[in-house]
Amino acid sequence: MSTVAGTYGVFLKDFRSEIRTRYALNALFMFVVTAVTIILFALRGETPGPDVLSGMLWTVIFFSSMSGLARTFVSEEERGTTLTLQLITGPSIVYFGKLLFNVLLSLVLSVAISALYMLAFPGFVVKSFEMFVVTLVLGSIGLASATTIIAAIIAKASTKGTLYPVLSFPVLLPLLMTVMRATGMSLEGEPFSEALGQFQVLVAYIMVMVAGSYLLFDYVWKD
Amino acid sequence: MTGLRITVKGVTKEFNRRKVFENVNFEISNGHSIAITGPNGSGKSTLVRIVAKVLSPTRGEVRYYLDGVDGSDDVVRDAIGFVSPYLQLYDEFSALENVMFLNRIRLNSRRLSSADTEKILGKVNLFHRKDDLVRGFSSGMKQRLKYALSLSHSPAVLILDEPTANLDDEGIAVVRQIVREQTERGILILATNSAEEAAWCEREITLK
Repeated sequence: MSTVAGTYGVFLKDFRSEIRTRYALNALFMFVVTAVTIILFALRGETPGPDVLSGMLWTVIFFSSMSGLARTFVSEEERGTTLTLQLITGPSIVYFGKLLFNVLLSLVLSVAISALYMLAFPGFVVKSFEMFVVTLVLGSIGLASATTIIAAIIAKASTKGTLYPVLSFPVLLPLLMTVMRATGMSLEGEPFSEALGQFQVLVAYIMVMVAGSYLLFDYVWKD
Repeated sequence: MTGLRITVKGVTKEFNRRKVFENVNFEISNGHSIAITGPNGSGKSTLVRIVAKVLSPTRGEVRYYLDGVDGSDDVVRDAIGFVSPYLQLYDEFSALENVMFLNRIRLNSRRLSSADTEKILGKVNLFHRKDDLVRGFSSGMKQRLKYALSLSHSPAVLILDEPTANLDDEGIAVVRQIVREQTERGILILATNSAEEAAWCEREITLK
């Protein structure tokens, strides 16, 4: 059986497990609804500018990712199934399977939060839709690529909840600054070509994170 | 894998500078079996994990030779079937799904059909519960399902940690049969406290 089939197998296992247990989805849903509602009450009908709106959007995406994406490894550790996976398959297969699942979860999360923002905040009007979609997709993949390896690291720690955002924030800062800028540009309606530099940074970030994680994961995974 | 040989050389394991065991050496090849015995806390489970290559020794090495050639990690993983009380299954999946999903993830095994999986579950007397979620299984049934999972790829090396834990007489009889078949076609490594179980193997090493 090939590496691709094994990777798909891990993804499928996580996907079906999530559908049945709602382990991450319920936590994410509650966090997003609570965060957006608080922001809504705090604004009291005021309409912030594009930069503030894009910052608010990625703040909610960042913190909900923190509460959801770590679970892919933490749940294996808590259930004691890490040993099962270690015994039957290679580290790279586990890593890429989990990454794939986190990319999907992150994409669903970003799309859902964006849709909620569009409904809840009248000022959140996307004027350059293509730029917004590319930013959302690259931002979600970037978030998943960074948080997957951090989740693998913190899954073995006793202070998981605290450690995750603390470790993630410095690693995600370059990504967050870039996606906030690109989202702001899409809300202002700037032409697509203006954001190419931001997209290059995002693609480079994803490549560095995935390559680095692939090399590091072997050591993280084995006790 | 007829020419398989495992060598364990000078293996020592320490946790936070506490020595669990020191300088363990043995060699085993196809058609042979070995029991690792010792009192609670002597490191039997730790040693079998090291032999299964999911835990690194502090010093020493474990090597798998296939026809005299040092095997890669993928070859080793493919050669091993492992049953232990520490091994956990996915409670939200049925017995059939557990075996099928986990076998799909395995790198070098052929894909199991539903019929193959049902046959394996029949071997451990779980066929009638194949569609039930593992969440509702007793600890003995879970232990039997672990045997089904570990045998799903016909492993050349079967490593059993406390092989009859949680099992009733019927379950123990199934394990005896599995052990008999394994000693005929491959390698059996067994960690136990029980003298009766240790007697299933040709050789015994005792950890202090």
